[in-house]
Amino acid sequence: MQVDDLENAGNPTPLLTARQAGLVACTGCGRVHLQGVERCERCGAHLSSRDTTSLQRVWAWWIAGLIIYFPANLYPMLITNTLGTEYKNTILGGVIELIDHHSYFVAGVVFFASIMIPVGKFIAIAYLAYSVRHRATMSDHGRQVLYEVVEFIGRWSMIDVFVVAILSSLVQFNFVANIHPGIAAISFALSVVFTMLSAQSFDPRMIWDAEEAATE
Amino acid sequence: MSAGNRFDPRINCLHERHPVTETRLDPSELVACPNCDTLHHMQDVPEGARARCMRCNEILMAPKGGAMTRIVVLAVTALILMIAVVFFPFLDLSASGLEQHSSVLDAIMAFSDGMLLPLTFAVAAFVVVLPAVRLMAIIYAIGPLIFDRPARPHAARAFRLAQTLRPWSMAEIFIVGVAVALVKIAGMATVSVGPAFWALVALVLVTTIKDTFMCKLTIWKTLETQRRS
Repeated sequence: MQVDDLENAGNPTPLLTARQAGLVACTGCGRVHLQGVERCERCGAHLSSRDTTSLQRVWAWWIAGLIIYFPANLYPMLITNTLGTEYKNTILGGVIELIDHHSYFVAGVVFFASIMIPVGKFIAIAYLAYSVRHRATMSDHGRQVLYEVVEFIGRWSMIDVFVVAILSSLVQFNFVANIHPGIAAISFALSVVFTMLSAQSFDPRMIWDAEEAATE
Repeated sequence: MSAGNRFDPRINCLHERHPVTETRLDPSELVACPNCDTLHHMQDVPEGARARCMRCNEILMAPKGGAMTRIVVLAVTALILMIAVVFFPFLDLSASGLEQHSSVLDAIMAFSDGMLLPLTFAVAAFVVVLPAVRLMAIIYAIGPLIFDRPARPHAARAFRLAQTLRPWSMAEIFIVGVAVALVKIAGMATVSVGPAFWALVALVLVTTIKDTFMCKLTIWKTLETQRRS
């Protein structure tokens, strides 16, 4: 039990943010500066009390990622040639093929990494960016966790891109069998990169600012 | 500054919760949570303890004993393993009398057709180049500190680069990709993994252990004091 809690008798002490105190904090190293300082004295990072262009950049990368996500799913990811016969597989086609070969676990991993994560990420980032300006149904802590999950898990979508790169550099037996990457491999890789940049552009301090504005 | 009397900035330790009730606001004695901007008083956190943000629960500090030395030693180990990853055979494939050996370097060099070229560049960057640059930046920035030497010029920039590159180093994802590729190919050819694959697995383990010792705030504070002296 904190002494503090007794004194306030159930009233949680509002915590002071750097902005309320008229200070600017560095998001890279936590160093606090007086307002007006341009660069962090400790780590040299650019300082801003709130990143005003954050939402713009989030949406710009988000839209770029979404646009290129369509060809990534519609065009072939992998082109396999065996004895003159050509098979083309899309992302979903690759998953179905793995199920046909009874590799259910691997099919699950690819389905999760290449379909569930990207789709979930688009929804999560859009929700986070939307909830900054509008009323959110999810708690601040919930949205903080959601943001951390998006940041952590987004990069794992790259699995399928690496699979294509490995297969096509490995299976080069001229006429007998060879594998080539399709246009979707590059579209998908770019989509993953764009959505990662979108998530990185999001300034998580905005999640907590909304609460601050509501209590004042 | 009058706001400081109303509120109560503090640092909160996981093990012994002790709020600091001083209300002076000297920027150099404060630390702000990078996630939610909440101010806390800087104080010594015992080794092995974790200081969390009062509001959003983000870990602000988690110093560990001998962390600097361990980080540098593990980074050097990982860098040596990276050499093995690049030059040793990675995968061997044989199908109906035909054989194909491939090292990671082969995979990067073998851009036989147009579409593969950007992909191999992506693989080279995410799996080899960026992780290697990150390791070198860490060694450059923290290396001198373990010998109590002053920080090198641009050490802060190097460490900042290492932080930026963290999400773009994807060696562990590549390993899962290799596993999936092996399952996909199992029907048409026999594949065996070479020493470079195991070196990559070791590299991922070493890098992960190294990152658990990384307490950003402790390193930044040490870099700052070493630069001044």
